[in-house]
Amino acid sequence: MRLICGFLLLSCWLPAAMAAPDGAGLFSRYCAACHGDKGTGGVGVPLALPSFLDSVDDRFLATTIRDGRPGRVMPAFDALSDAQIRAIIAFIRGWVHQPAPAYSAKPVTGDAAHGRALFASHCAACHGSNGEGGKGTGVTFSRHRDLPIIAPGLNNSGFLRAASDGMIRYTLQHGRAGTPMRSFLEQGLSEKDIDDLVSFIRSFDGHGTDVHKSGARLSATLSVESPYSLKDTVENVKQAITSQNFILIRTDTLEHGLAKPGEENPHQVILHFCNFHFLYQALAVDPRVGMFLPCRVTVTERNGKVTISSINPEYLSRLFNNAELNEYCKRMHGVYRDILEEATL
Amino acid sequence: MKLRQAVVLLACLLLCGMRPVFAEDIIMTRSVLPFPEAMLALQDSITAHGYTVSRVQRVDVGLTGKGYKTDKYRVVFAGKIDEIRMLAAHAPQLIPYLPPKISIFAEGEQTILVTLNPEVYADIAGKDVDPVLFKRWESDLRSIFHDVNSAR
Repeated sequence: MRLICGFLLLSCWLPAAMAAPDGAGLFSRYCAACHGDKGTGGVGVPLALPSFLDSVDDRFLATTIRDGRPGRVMPAFDALSDAQIRAIIAFIRGWVHQPAPAYSAKPVTGDAAHGRALFASHCAACHGSNGEGGKGTGVTFSRHRDLPIIAPGLNNSGFLRAASDGMIRYTLQHGRAGTPMRSFLEQGLSEKDIDDLVSFIRSFDGHGTDVHKSGARLSATLSVESPYSLKDTVENVKQAITSQNFILIRTDTLEHGLAKPGEENPHQVILHFCNFHFLYQALAVDPRVGMFLPCRVTVTERNGKVTISSINPEYLSRLFNNAELNEYCKRMHGVYRDILEEATL
Repeated sequence: MKLRQAVVLLACLLLCGMRPVFAEDIIMTRSVLPFPEAMLALQDSITAHGYTVSRVQRVDVGLTGKGYKTDKYRVVFAGKIDEIRMLAAHAPQLIPYLPPKISIFAEGEQTILVTLNPEVYADIAGKDVDPVLFKRWESDLRSIFHDVNSAR
């Protein structure tokens, strides 16, 4: 009987397990938030741009989905199956109804030293002097919306794995219509110049935008014991916030808005503060920075012991895969550390 | 091979073939609704899932008040008082991360929502808290995001 039940269960399960992955559904779940539900771009690049899809092969797309772009926001979807990735690519390809290009796997040979000089004069303004790519991500906070793309990081291990020499050469030859990337042939470079540029780009070590996922060794919370009373510690924190050029926004309890008025625990005090210029800059680097907001320090009293604590921005930053954001988190870590130290002097 | 063994083997193969959905550290979704409607849908769904919105941080208002040009950007805090109290008591290292929050911001005529996967909180809480709580939070958050994503 149990055997029969097993067969019945399997017979119900098998069709679902064997069904072809739903590319549209997978795109909606994993890609649309950043790239837009129609691929028009946002935090991520506009995948539906015809000049993009006409120039990238399926290997580039598959490797990009699988490996992501270390330090450039695009995460690695390394748990998606090959069939799921193929389904996503087929869905993306459906936007332009053009066959995917195919490139030779043969490496391009050229004069990388000459390519370096050409890169400095023709590419570095957008892609960065070390090929680290344009700044920020794609939404309103970071750029004017008439620009459809942020220059990709070429000195990036994910990009270098995904892009073949042939694909890079094609892009240099033809440019990308609808983006600031223009054809280098039209700009007067020769085919040999383009090969030299490809050779130089291929010579990158791929670490231009590395993020170090050292969060496992970091504490999630910055915390220090205060020798003062809860009330005095709160006042000390207020002064420390001001001395760090931040503005105190509000002071309330951890349970504010959750517990009934009068029933909040008064021994858990949160001080919210902000430096608006710093915030504006951070939002330009990554619109997801709200996960760090607002800046706050918590003062708690438990069993007569007063503790000041905050998030550790460097612990959180490793989740965002954004090398630029790491720099801001490092600075903010210093601010929190100084406030905690100053308030407990 | 006996029939029973064959069934077990087949089940194992199927289980291996069905790869689990990987853990995303950051959960995001997009709503085709403009910001005001998406914000309403978010708060309605949070409430419908039994959570209380404790506060809405109006980031854009603060920025524009200081002269910076920005689109709509809010941070919504929500939780259940008994759970927040339990976590503060058993995992005080988690207090700076409480209550959980969702960032919601306009992107043109659409809206994007971002939150940390509660699995991140589970890592911070360690063995001090039953991870089932954070699994439920994750399930609820995904359900809330689905509500906003499918609202029209």
